[in-house]
Amino acid sequence: MSKERIKIAPEMFDIMPEEYQDLVERATYGKEGRGWKDIGTSKELIEEHSLCAGCPESMAFRYILASLPAPEDTVMVGSTGCTSLVFPHVGVHNIHSLFGNQNAIASGLKRALSVRFPGQVKDVVVLAGDGATVDIGLDMTLQAWFRQEKFTTICFDNELYANTGGQESGLMQKGFVAKMAPVGKTFEKVKLPEIARESGCHYVVNCTVSKPNLVEKVIKNAIHVAREIGPTYLQLYTPCILEIGKNSMEGLQEMRDSEKPTERFAYKEYVSDQAKELLTELAAKEKERKAAAKKQLADKQLAGQA
Amino acid sequence: MSTMYQVLRGPEHFLPPAAASMGIRLPDPGQAHIHGKIVNEDEAMEVAARQFLSAKVPTIFPGPLVLWAWNEKAAGKATAIRHLYETLKECVTPSQQAMLIPMPDYRPKYPKINPEIEINPNHPNLTIWHNKIDTCMFVGVHCHQANLSLKIIRGGTYCYTIAMCAQAGHEDAMVSFRDATADKIRKLADWVKKLKGSVEPPKD
Repeated sequence: MSKERIKIAPEMFDIMPEEYQDLVERATYGKEGRGWKDIGTSKELIEEHSLCAGCPESMAFRYILASLPAPEDTVMVGSTGCTSLVFPHVGVHNIHSLFGNQNAIASGLKRALSVRFPGQVKDVVVLAGDGATVDIGLDMTLQAWFRQEKFTTICFDNELYANTGGQESGLMQKGFVAKMAPVGKTFEKVKLPEIARESGCHYVVNCTVSKPNLVEKVIKNAIHVAREIGPTYLQLYTPCILEIGKNSMEGLQEMRDSEKPTERFAYKEYVSDQAKELLTELAAKEKERKAAAKKQLADKQLAGQA
Repeated sequence: MSTMYQVLRGPEHFLPPAAASMGIRLPDPGQAHIHGKIVNEDEAMEVAARQFLSAKVPTIFPGPLVLWAWNEKAAGKATAIRHLYETLKECVTPSQQAMLIPMPDYRPKYPKINPEIEINPNHPNLTIWHNKIDTCMFVGVHCHQANLSLKIIRGGTYCYTIAMCAQAGHEDAMVSFRDATADKIRKLADWVKKLKGSVEPPKD
């Protein structure tokens, strides 16, 4: 797994737009331990985006793409919504599905990749909004979990249909009045994390994207568990600042306010026993890798002094 | 199937018919087509070379299949395309401007592409209009994207289109080759060299 697979033909290098040259020369494909700290230090797999200024979804996208363990071997499946405006800009293979169909597409894709590339790691990650995941696509979401399909489902929960003007969604909180839902939500926010746990997901997290290190951790955990064991689900709060009447600068604070212990996005995690075992094993390996890297660096410095 | 329809330079109109629906068929191996008429491949080589030499801005549009070094074959084609481009540059007069503009991928780009440095299959007319391209050759573009682009170009521009296709060719191009290899691309470069000086350059 490395950049070796992503090469521009030498004779064509000079005519390629700069962003592609950067992508093959300075992106983090194949880098061991890549993560959110690479943001701003090397070519990112997404830089420009077409979302609103200050949109927390754009932060979430950057953290997620920086945290994929093997972007060159990952296919992302998107659906209709604000996320579909961003996918044309990302440096990772991606498929746009019909609205709500994303988990069905991902199921077939994951199986096809396993047949086409036996013995190789190929990650499939679904990334869709709450409308696609919980309302229109709930059938496909749940059926994929029931079947124990080995991929990660990420829901960008902004608690309404944002890019069509603010209609009510299943994940909207009770009582919330939106531009296109003037009566206010009359029933509770759907408890999808709990449903995910009961439907067979091995790793489930409900949180905001205010802390990049936390997002990195949960993304990596979810993908590794999905790779080895079975379905995983992440519900990330990415508020639509326009639809909830906030300004561009207020997205982060909105997330911080919503993750307090009594609030609806207080950090919640469910890990199955099998997943716990795997994550403990991976954590030990990561610790070893970091210790070895540290030792290597120290040896190098010592050799330099001598 | 006999047909009266000819695949000619546009602008044809807003929605030109797919040439296949007008009875244009693809060539068999060893053949090519010119304006929809099946001909011997050498005849098409000569016509393509003449088109390049008589154009104000003869341009090659390499697609992802040759821009990226997927394998040795792809890298070989890239070398041959560069050779064709260099040959074109040598053989045209100073009033002509040969160009090599990549089509790196097929994603619709927001807010827009930079037509000076790339072409996008979803709006190829932007690059053609911007650079005043009057003859172009598609090579290394996946067939479905090439079909889409060739039709848009025929619909909205005056550009003469040549398809150097690695599969069965394109009905919607004005000249189409099939089974493209690095050798075939070099052969076209040889034709350009051979006809140098014998084709009248464009008048201003």
